[in-house]
This record gives sequence, structure tokens and C-alpha cells, in this order.
Amino acid sequence: MTIPTPTQTTVTPDNRHRAADAFRRIFRPRKIRREGLVGWLFVLPALLMYVVFVIVPFLSTIQYSFFKWNGVSPAVWVGLKNYATIFQAPNLIGTVVNAFWLVVWFSFIPVGLGLVVASVIHRVATGRLGSVSRTVLFLPQVIPLVAAGIIWGWLLALPGLVNQILKTFGLGALARAWLGDFDTALPAVGVVGIWVLLGFCIVLLLTGVSKVDPALYESARIDGAGWFREFVAVTIPLLRYEIGVCLTVTVVAALAAFDIIWVTTAGGPGSSTSVPGVQIYILGFTQRAIGPASALAVMLMALVVLVIIPIQYLTKEIKQ
Amino acid sequence: MKVARGEFWAGRTLLVVLMAFTILPFISIFMTALHPSGTVPNGLQWPADPQWINFVTAWNQAEMPKLLASSIYIVIAVVPVALVISTMAGYAIGLLRIPGSRALLSLFVFGLTLPFAGFIIPIYFLERAMGIYNTRLAIVLPLIALYMPFAVFWMRAHFVNMPAEISEAARVDGATTWDLFWRIHVPLAQAPIASLGILMSIWTWNQFLLCLVLVEDPTQRTMAGALGAFQGHYANDVPLLCAGTILILVPTLVVFVLFQRQIIAALLQGAVKG
Repeated sequence: MTIPTPTQTTVTPDNRHRAADAFRRIFRPRKIRREGLVGWLFVLPALLMYVVFVIVPFLSTIQYSFFKWNGVSPAVWVGLKNYATIFQAPNLIGTVVNAFWLVVWFSFIPVGLGLVVASVIHRVATGRLGSVSRTVLFLPQVIPLVAAGIIWGWLLALPGLVNQILKTFGLGALARAWLGDFDTALPAVGVVGIWVLLGFCIVLLLTGVSKVDPALYESARIDGAGWFREFVAVTIPLLRYEIGVCLTVTVVAALAAFDIIWVTTAGGPGSSTSVPGVQIYILGFTQRAIGPASALAVMLMALVVLVIIPIQYLTKEIKQ
Repeated sequence: MKVARGEFWAGRTLLVVLMAFTILPFISIFMTALHPSGTVPNGLQWPADPQWINFVTAWNQAEMPKLLASSIYIVIAVVPVALVISTMAGYAIGLLRIPGSRALLSLFVFGLTLPFAGFIIPIYFLERAMGIYNTRLAIVLPLIALYMPFAVFWMRAHFVNMPAEISEAARVDGATTWDLFWRIHVPLAQAPIASLGILMSIWTWNQFLLCLVLVEDPTQRTMAGALGAFQGHYANDVPLLCAGTILILVPTLVVFVLFQRQIIAALLQGAVKG
């Protein structure tokens, strides 16, 4: 996200309209006031929808988080008790821990692997294979996450493809119901995340690689740099902006995950794959504990902002 | 570019392995869908006697015509309205620079960081109070609102780069702001509006949590929302579940193959701008 700041003072074609704006502001004050009014009418429908269905519910969530309420009987003010409940219940605060583990699977692995693959495509497969792989790898990004969940729910089941492949390679002893096992459920869900997000990262990073000045790669090669040296010295530093974008998108996907987990494990077994989104749904709509559900929702929103801001800050620094 | 032969083949092998990782799941559910309903086949096994009838059964049991109609209805109710009001807002904030533009932009950008699960509970109570709970409107209205932060930000990014002279000339001829918007600026903004439309259509089609919470009847939901209900009914009949999933995927896959360039470009730009 970059918001240009009007700091230039010379008149270029780009900022000529700013000069015109200033001119109008000085010499035709009445006109601008009327235009401002008409302008606000242009914003009004979007603003109204946004305030009613996003801002007000957002504020209501904060409000609900201080009450004990089941949605029907009168709400009772309880102060910070709902937050205390969350921190004390291992299955509730555990959702936040799980969310951070998911970041490893949904974000670090797809971005890391995506970088490697993007540089490989750039080096060895610029032709037909490159463009075909672009389309194929992007495919999981356009299908509903629910469908991805159902597909992988079957692949990871006891008679599913994953175990079948293991048996073919003589690793039948490892076969298990991956999503039903306390030790493997979270990594198994993580693999679904990799499947969905890897292609997106690759294609986005690839656009970044193709923007890098080819002369840089040429000179790296003349200096005798192999793939790895080139990767570390040229690709990663010059792709910091694209890496930032990939990280932002995938970290949000991990922290705010719902669809994939709801469909594959619904947070189980136990609460080993439970994440805030799933737990908010269970607390709010099955247990009717609106207070704790809202407190967890507030924590989730705060968490996303806290994690995104440093990433955004870094990418912005680089752009300037 | 000269690359060592070993590296060339290692790189290409990596690519092929990754493509297999992406494609195999689709092949697996396709083969599974052809096994007799009620059996539990292996993950990757061509059936002795392919049961194409499973697709017909799934089509009927999932009430596919109703689902398609419902999804199309929701997309048609959401996308054009969201496009018009976000383009208008982007125009006012980016080009007219109305008083308070900066504050408005910050307010909309703030919404980009909010995960939907964070404020779904108040939406539920709001819709009960409004009497639209369990209707398609319960999905349509919040979806339009949910898209506003991104859509306004996206359209503003277009309008902020438009030179003001374009309107100046027409303004002299006596055109109103409304005329200028529709006759000059909307036609010039066709490309970003089209990309935004593609993005919002995909997001709407794939919407799940909203449907799950706000509409109980699966035939009033979008495709993805209905798929969740379908899974509940057929948890024990893997071939039928796979057949149903494929039916629900087909429209998305066809659209993706037809418009892959535009869709990939739109999704990438969306990520970069958002």
C-alpha cells in the first residue's frame, strides 16, 4: 500500500491537476464548495454500506466483548472477564498459537519455495513449459477454498492418495488418517494451505523477477555466480517488495483461516487445528457465548494489524 | 541465456513435480467420482466399470439448477452495484478530491485489515433485526459492503492518476459532475473496472463463511456455501461427494481457462495494490 504524498512543487504533467486544484481553491471558493457537496454525494452510497455492514459491526464486536450475553436474554457488563477467560482456557488461547503455526505453513513455506521456483522458471523454463506451469500452478487459487478442503480431506484420508503413494514407495508403515491424528493434523492442514497459496506466490514473484534488469543477472553470471549465489545476491534483495506483498497476503490467509479448516477438521482432533476464526464461529453460533467469541474476535483483528504493520512498513521503505 | 545442462534438467524436474502436486488431487477426485456410489475406493484407481451416472445423481441431489441460479443471482446482485458505488467513491476521492478525501481513504483502507470472522457476529444480529436473515439479501448486502475497502482503494488508484484537464474542457461546455462521471470518466476507466468485476465475481462465487452463518437453506447460497452443506450430507459416500465437488468446480475452471490471462493479472494486481 502506498499513498503518494503531494510534496513536489514543480509543475509536471503528473501534478498539473494539483496546480489546477490549488488555482480553483484560491480563485473560485464558491464553486469548489458546491463541488465538494456533490462529491460527497458520490461517496455516500459506498460509505453508507461500509459503515452499516463493516464499521458498526466492528465497533459492536468491541462492545460485545465486555458483556456476558447469550444473544437472547439481557446482556450483563463483565468488564475484561471475557479476555481473562480466553487467556485462561488452553483450547481458546491455543487457537492463537495454532494460527502462528499456520503462518509457517501458509506463508513461510509458499513464499520461500515460491522464490526458488520463480527463479528456476526464470532461468531454465522461459518457453512453453514456463507459461504452462504458470497456469497450472495458479489453478488452486481460483477454486473455492471449501472445494480445496473437500479434495484434500479425501486425499489425506486413510484410503486416500497420500497413503497410497506412501505404500507404493514401501513406506506403508507411515500411513495414517492424517487429519485425525493429533500429531499430524496441523501439518496436514498446512499442506492444503501450501497447495492453495504456492502458485499465487510463484506467479507474483515471477512478475518481480522479470522486472529485474537482465544486466544484473548477466554480470552475476560473468562473475561466475551459480544459481545459489545469484539467488541470494540478486533475486532476494531485488524482490523485497514482491516478497512483502506475498507475505502480507499469505500471513492474513493463515491468521484469518476458516474455510479450509472448517471443512477438513472443524478444529479437531481435540482442538489441535482450531484457529481463531473457527473458534469464534463455535463460541458465537453453537455455544451462544457471544462475549468470549467477541473478545477472541477483537484479539484476532488486533493480531492481524500487529503482524501486517511491520511487513507493510518494510515494503514501503524499500519503494522509496 | 546459457545454463549448465545438469541445472537445466534439475530445474525442469522440479517444475514437473510441482505441477504433478497441483494436478494429482484433481485427477484423484475425478477417478474416485467414477466408482460405485457408497464404496470406498483407493485414491488413484481407474474403476472397472466407470459410473458416469454419479454425476447425474449428484446433479439432482445437490439441486444443481437451483444452486447455479442462486449463485448467478447473488453475483448479479452484488457485482454491478458494488462496481457502480465504488467507482463513484473512487472518483470523488481520487479525482474530485472532495474535502475530507484523506480521512475517507484512511477509513476505507482500515477495512482492508479486518478479517471477516472478526465482525460476523454483529452482522448476524443486525440482519435478524432487519428481517433479512436467511434470505439472499443477507449475503448480498454484507458482501457489497465487504468489497468497499478494496474496491474504493482500487478505483481511487486509477482516478488519482487521471489529469484534471479532461474534465476541464467538458466543464466549460456546461456538463455537470454527474455527466462528466458517466460520459467521460467511466468509459476511460473500463480496464480497472473490468478487472475489479472479475475479482469480485470470483470472491462472491467462492464465499463460504458468510453463507454458512447467514443463510440456512443451501439452495439460497452461493456455490461454495452449498458445497459445505453437500459435504455434510455425503460424508460417508466419497464417490458422490467427489462427483458433486467436480460439478461445482466445473464453472470456475471453465471461466479460469477462458479468461486466465485477465484473471491472473487481476488477482496479482489486486494483491499488489491491496
